[in-house]
Formats: sequence, structure tokens, C-alpha cells
Amino acid sequence: MSATSTSTRLSATKIAAGLAAGELTSQQVTREHLERIEAVDGPVHAFLHVDADGAMAAAAESDARREAGAERGPLDGVPIAVKDVLATTGLPTTCGSKILEGWVPPYDATVVRLVKEAGLPILGKTNMDEFAMGSSTEHSAYGPTRNPWDLERIPGGSGGGSAAAVAAFMAPLALGTDTGGSIRQPGAVTGTVGVKPTYGGVSRYGLVALANSLDQVGPVTRTVADSAALHALIGGHDRRDSTSIDQPLPDLVAAARQGAAADLSGMKVGVITELSGEGWQPGVMSRFTESLALLEQAGAEVVEVSCPTFVHALATYYLILPAEASSNLAKFDAMRYGLRVLPEGVDSPSAEEVMRATRDAGFGDEVKRRIIIGTYALSSGYYDAYYGQAQKVRTLISRDFAAAFGSVDVLVSPTAPTTAFKLGEKLDDPVAMYLNDLATIPANLAGVPGISVPNGLADEDGLPSGFQVLAPALADDRVYRVGAALESALAAQWGGPLLDRAPALEGVSL
Amino acid sequence: MTETLMDFDAVLAAYDPALGLEVHVELNTATKMFCGCPASFGGEPNTQTCPTCLGLPGAMPVVNGTAVESAIRIGLALNCSIAEWCRFARKNYFYPDMPKNFQTSQYDEPIAFDGWMDVVLDDGETVRVEIERAHMEEDTGKSTHIGSTGRIHGADYSLVDYNRAGIPLIEIVTKPILGAGERAPEVARAYVAQLRDLIVALGVSEARMDQGNLRADVNLSLSPSGAGTLGTRTETKNVNSFRSVERAVRYEMQRHAAVLDGGGSILQETRHWHEDTGITTSGREKSDAEDYRYFPEPDLVPVAPSREWVEQLRGTLPENPTAKRNRLQEEWGFSDLEMRDTVGAGALGLVEETVAAGVAPQAARKWWLGEMARRANDTGTEISDLGVTPAQVAEVQGMVDAGTLNDKLARQVFDGLLAGEGTPAEIVEARGLAVVSDDGALSAAVDNAIAANPDVAEKIRGGKVAAAGALIGAVMKEMRGQADAGRVRELILEKLT
Repeated sequence: MSATSTSTRLSATKIAAGLAAGELTSQQVTREHLERIEAVDGPVHAFLHVDADGAMAAAAESDARREAGAERGPLDGVPIAVKDVLATTGLPTTCGSKILEGWVPPYDATVVRLVKEAGLPILGKTNMDEFAMGSSTEHSAYGPTRNPWDLERIPGGSGGGSAAAVAAFMAPLALGTDTGGSIRQPGAVTGTVGVKPTYGGVSRYGLVALANSLDQVGPVTRTVADSAALHALIGGHDRRDSTSIDQPLPDLVAAARQGAAADLSGMKVGVITELSGEGWQPGVMSRFTESLALLEQAGAEVVEVSCPTFVHALATYYLILPAEASSNLAKFDAMRYGLRVLPEGVDSPSAEEVMRATRDAGFGDEVKRRIIIGTYALSSGYYDAYYGQAQKVRTLISRDFAAAFGSVDVLVSPTAPTTAFKLGEKLDDPVAMYLNDLATIPANLAGVPGISVPNGLADEDGLPSGFQVLAPALADDRVYRVGAALESALAAQWGGPLLDRAPALEGVSL
Repeated sequence: MTETLMDFDAVLAAYDPALGLEVHVELNTATKMFCGCPASFGGEPNTQTCPTCLGLPGAMPVVNGTAVESAIRIGLALNCSIAEWCRFARKNYFYPDMPKNFQTSQYDEPIAFDGWMDVVLDDGETVRVEIERAHMEEDTGKSTHIGSTGRIHGADYSLVDYNRAGIPLIEIVTKPILGAGERAPEVARAYVAQLRDLIVALGVSEARMDQGNLRADVNLSLSPSGAGTLGTRTETKNVNSFRSVERAVRYEMQRHAAVLDGGGSILQETRHWHEDTGITTSGREKSDAEDYRYFPEPDLVPVAPSREWVEQLRGTLPENPTAKRNRLQEEWGFSDLEMRDTVGAGALGLVEETVAAGVAPQAARKWWLGEMARRANDTGTEISDLGVTPAQVAEVQGMVDAGTLNDKLARQVFDGLLAGEGTPAEIVEARGLAVVSDDGALSAAVDNAIAANPDVAEKIRGGKVAAAGALIGAVMKEMRGQADAGRVRELILEKLT
């Protein structure tokens, strides 16, 4: 069977329509995705764990519900992949780390519970940089995920597994998490759509925290409308997450539909001065400039806006994140769950010796690096100079956003400075790796929502680039409206989605 | 290791003590500080746990509103300011009984701060103790070290019970208490005792020291007399009774002075109090190297109690302890000495409840300060921790008033109560303790006594009625104390006069 004739090529919205019309069954759709995983995930390695039995059982239940006219919502029966940082009962949750190898949570993350309750079969858990630390998925303890556009290249990170699964048609939908760009940057380099919602807009309960004040769960899809539908499903207040916002989400699906009409008249779009220039790949910048022109054609007014403190965002982020992470990761001590390593050559070791041996064996280098940085930044005598100072700069970055949104409706930039780099290329240079998230980090520091929409292939390498739209907190609808407008203008220009141009992958081996 | 101690009077001649007390109060909320698990004491190990209090990956905390309310009420009762906005903070350190390897506590933004409590000493003098802060935090799990020593060193293995992990605690910290001099040990004891009374009156904790609901850490340092400086302090933990608080302060004063006089210096460290031997021993060293890396807990939003709520809670506070003491003394007709003894024994609340249950004030005082104080002293506990309730004392006294028990039998009922034999009525029944006032049984015993003591009987017949006591004693002996002494006397006189 050729890839184009199966449901795997359909968007989630189209699959949902097919299910509603009785043209598709969830079992057929789920089976075809499982077959696709079987066919292409060997080389891509987007999944850490595939739950074929669980997914098929959920699909059968969905079909039975639909038969009985008792479907639970528009996405009932549409399969989904879940990033391995979200707790799932009955399925391993490793966070890409050896230290959690074999751990099966006794509870579901709130977003997982919502997805299950809405009837979406869970295909499996997707690969990621260990504890979401990275921009390439090379820091997974279980081996890297490869970019479906070029298997020699990285799929972005930390959510490279979710992005690659969606880009390679192994799942129509995936859940990701975004702490500094881990949804949006993989979206950009794999030609997929990814959204980081407003901080507090989606529950973090059951998301194994990287940096609690920055993390958000969000959708990973191939179309803006699909992201809106998934976001609407997982969003909203959760009493188990004290930081979740107790007010209704704007109508995201309607905003995406409105945007698809490519009418942005009355909208003011601000181009962030600081997020371009030296170090930005020319092909990425060309696509960005063309996209701006399309927005203008759709009726938007495009202006340049300066956010001067954004140049400090990366440094700020790499103090706040490790500080929170160093504390979060302390719980992995071999006492209650996960890996337990006994120190060699020690008779009846103490609890402290077991903790030390386990953490040494269970954590990878990048995790250790950030634990050390974070511990240092919080230490007595250094706190004010590092963590305290970073929090002050964070406030200034929020003020820059507030000032900018005083004059424009949305802010835009390229999602990532470059297209996908080669595996191993930046592994020995952490700072070069960190620079990938230059454009995505400010949104996490300020808690504002952002989307990355694929906007073409760079001339130099023929690889996808992404267009980022940022909006004020709680105005997530704006990123969908602008994102959908750009998506529809580009599709009209290209005569179809960008991913149609990606390699087929079947029969490819490494 | 035996420490050298300096004579207490010699300590006072050369040094000024500075006291600081940290008291942890375990709240009696239905659920834990940050999750919905029951906060009750005594469940099977690890049955009162969930992903949050076990620190499972991904689980998140939610603040218990009742615990915040209790914290504010404690703060108000201690004349503290209540923060308009405050945050929780993570106190980071590794320990196997701490599920997340950080304790969610408060650091530089406590819910309550800058208060005071007027502590009344045994002689009625009042000392104002300044309160630095009262903050909210969660308890840790409980480690049990299995092995010959019962301590972590030398244990074969250790068990951890996480039922206690996450139970809400309020930590109340005093400012340094200076100038107490020779009364420093007494001030420490009186402060903790009065704080306990306050907590009980607020109804926010069971406040039993023997069960660890109320835990006192005693900080002490000495400085040369008149120097006006603060010396290096030690923090003594595991002080589980009011009396131990007093003894621990006294001991540390004597130990510090001996070290300083010998030219040594005090190590800043945690010390453990040993109730049995009355000494402290060195615990872990608390050097400057210990760095908890506090930072605001990012999983929780700030606590911002509205002023309306705070004022509403102020309206629920119990009577001021000093005013209450004066009122009760008036109502009960106690002398100053009787009142002082009652307060000093930590029995004010117990006497009050006993009186409220219908017992005459003097009778209530007699039971608590006599019988109960003696038993508490024997077992080294507080009378409030004995396990006898005011309601039980009232029931026993009721039987005494009704003539079915005498004082001697009543003491046997208390034996039964402490042995867990049931209610006073059940114990009287089971032990067959009721006073015999049945004339048939008594009459026979009286006849026996007369027959056995003809010379005494003769004296009574001759008009020496006071000699009846000897016959009453003989009857009581035969009846094993269970005779109604009044009726026995009547019968003797009937028979012999």
C-alpha cells in the first residue's frame, strides 16, 4: 500500500470528519498508523514505546461508541502520540533517561487523562532529550531520533520524537512540552506545527518537570487547525495544578478557521528586531521575509518592534532552568522508584552511597551539567548574583513584551536561527546547541503563547524553516488566527502542504 | 562520653545565656499540607500516601486552605503581623525520608512575623518573648532504623513510613531571649507550656509532645557577663516534654560554660537530648557549609490572605491567656499559690475542662495536681499526655460524690484507666471496686471487728467514740477498702452505744 492512500496522510481534522461520516473507523486509522510506525520508525526512532494493543483496544471502544451514537467529541477515535515526559498509567514513562527505565506511573497526567477521556487511542510514547534538556533529541539515553527530511540530521529537541512522529505520518497528533522551545523548534526543523500555550493554560500535573516556571504542554500537529483542536481539548483549569489559570480558553478552533480565510485586516504584526541578523541562516531569513509579505497581502500591517532585553533571554534562561531542574531532579535517588545502582566494591552501602552511584550511572552528561550549574546558581553567596539577577531580567523581558503588545497584536520571528543541523554537529558545544532556542526562549520566560508554522525550505539545504507568532498571555487565539492565515496563503502558493515534499522513508534503512 | 559541667551558680556568675526556641506544631487538619491524603496519626505504614506526598515524578502540590487558616490564627494569637503576600520555598537537602529531597517550606516570606507572647512564670512574673516568625511547611516521612542500636549508625537496615510526609507543620521561632539569667531554663519551659496551651485553645493541633505533635528545638548560647554579644549556639533536638526543655537548657548552659572556661570553643551543631540520662550528645555538625539553596516553590502560587479574612479569623481567637488565668482564679477561688501550681504543672486547661464537666474546682485541682502529677512524674511524661481525660476524672469524681467510690478506690480506677481497661464505669464493674454500703455484709464485718478487738469495743462502750477509728480500719481491711466508711462508723456506734 502506498503511503498516500492511507489515513496516515490525513490531518486529524480530516480523519475526524471521515470518522463522523462513517468513511473511516478508528480501528482502521489506528492500525494504519501502527503499520506506518512499523514501516518507518526503525530509522527515525520517534517512539520509545509503542502500545499497539492498548491503542487498538481504545480504537475498538471508540468505534463502538460511535456505532452507538455516543462519541465523546470531535477527536474521538483519532490516534495520538505522547511525549515520554508525561505520566501514563500502564505505559513506561522514562523522560528519555536511564534513571527512570522501567518506571510505570500509577497515575495519568491530566492532559493524558483528558485525551483518554475524549477517546483518542494512544499509539505510544515519543523520544526526547533526557528530561527535556536539549535541542536535538541526541541527549536521549535511548538513542537519537532522526529528522524524516534527512536521516543524517536532528529533528530538533527536546520533543524531536513527537515532531518526527507527526512529520513522518506515524501520528496525526502528538503531545509535546515546551520549556524553551521544545515544541516550536522541532516543529520548525521538521516542517510541522507546534504550539506553546499561555503558561497556566494547560495543566502541568503529571508532566515530569524540567523547569516548573517555564514548562507548558502543547500540541504537535501537521496543521494549525489540528493544533487548535488538540489545544482546546487539553486546555483549561485543573485544580491539581495551582499555576493553572481559572478562566475559559478563547475559542481557538474558531480563531484558526477565521485565520484560514487569510484575512488579517486590522491586525498589527511586530517583527522583533533583536531576533535576526548575524548567525541567522540566509535561507531561513528569506523565507521569513516572504512570509511577512504574505501577511501584508492578507491585510496585516507589519512594523518593526524592538525588545532590547531579549538579548539577555538565553543567559537568563540558562540560570533559571538549571536552578529549578537541579531541585526537581533531586527526587531521583533510588529510594522509591526507577533505577537503583549499588556502588562497586562497597559492602552494605549507605543510602547516600546508593544515591550517589545511582545518580552517577542514571543521569547523562547534559543533565549532570545542568544540575551542577543550577546547584551553583542557587548556592549561598551566589544566589543574588545568578538566580536572583536572572529573575530580575526575567521581569524586564516580560516588560518588553508588555510594551510591544501595547503597540502590536502579535510579535513574529523565525522560530529557529537555522534549519536542522547534522547529528553530532553541536554535541560537543553546549552553547552552540543552546543558541538554537534564542528565538523561542523569551516566550517561556514571559509565559506568553507562541506557534511555529512551517514556512518553506531554505535554499541552501532544502530543509524546512519555521515562522513563529507570539501573542499576549491568554490571547492564544491570535497565534492561531495569524498562523492559519500564513498556512493557507503558503498552501495556495505551493499547491499543497510542505510535508508532501518530504522523502517517503519506506524501505529506507540506516 | 561524659561532658564536664560547670556548677549552675558559677555559670551565672560568669555568663549571660541567650535562648532561642523553635517549636514545630503538627496541625490537626483532615488532609495533608499539599495533597488530599489523610493527615491522621497511626495508619499502617505507607497507606496514607499518593503521588504528591510520595514525590512521584510529575505530581504537583496544592496548598491546604485549612492549614493556611490555622497558621494565620496561630500568628494572630502570637500578636504577629500577617503577610499580605508570601510564598513557599524549597529547602533542598537529600534525606531518604524526604520524598522530593526538598522540603516545601517558607524562607524569607513567612505567613506570620514580628509577634510576642507574655509568658507567666511560676511566681507570677511575666516575661515577654518576642516571636520572630511562624511559617508553614510539610513534615518528612519517618525513618526507623532496625538493628541493635536503634540509630542510623550500626543499623542493619532502615524502614521509611511516608504517612507522615506532607503533614502540615507550623514552625514558630522566637527572637533571641536575652537577660533571663538564672531563669532561662524556667522561661524556656514556661514558654513551651504556654504555647501548648495556646495551641490547644486554638484547636489547631492535638499538641501532644509525646506523640510529636509539638516538637521543641532549644537553641542556647552563652556570652561573657555584660559583653552584650551573642556566643556560638547549639540546637538541641528531641526535647519531648516541658520538663525536658527546662533540663536541656540548664544542661547546655552548664556544658557550654565548662567548655568556654576550659579555653575551648562551642561547635555550632545539632545536639540530641536524652531523656533517660538527662544529657545532650552531639548530632550532625551544622556548619556554614550546609546550604539549603532555598528558592521560591515554582509549583505554587503566592498565598495572599485578604485583610477581611484575617480580621474575620482574629474574631475566632480564644481569650488572651493572662486575662483568662485571672478570670479562672477568680471563678475558682484559688489562692495565688494554688493557681501558680496549677499553671506550672501545665494543668490549667485540664482543670478548666474538668470543672466544666461538673467537678468542684478544688476537687479537680486535687486530682490533677496530686494523683495525676505523681503518675506523670513517675513515668516522665506531661500530665496532659498521661492518657487520662478531664471527662474521665469528672466521671470518677461523680462516683466519689455519689458515695459509690472513695478516694482509695478512685485511685484504683485510674490504675485501670492507664492500663487501658475501659471506661471508669467498666473498670469499677470489672474490678469489683464499688463501695459496699449493704448493711448485711457490713454488719457481719463490724461484728468480726468487735469480736477481734474487745478492748477497743470496751472503750467505745465507755464513751470514747474516737476509738471507733481503729474498728473502722479493721473493717476496711477485711472489706479490702471497699466499705462505705461512713456507714461502718454508724453501724459500730449503733452496736456499741
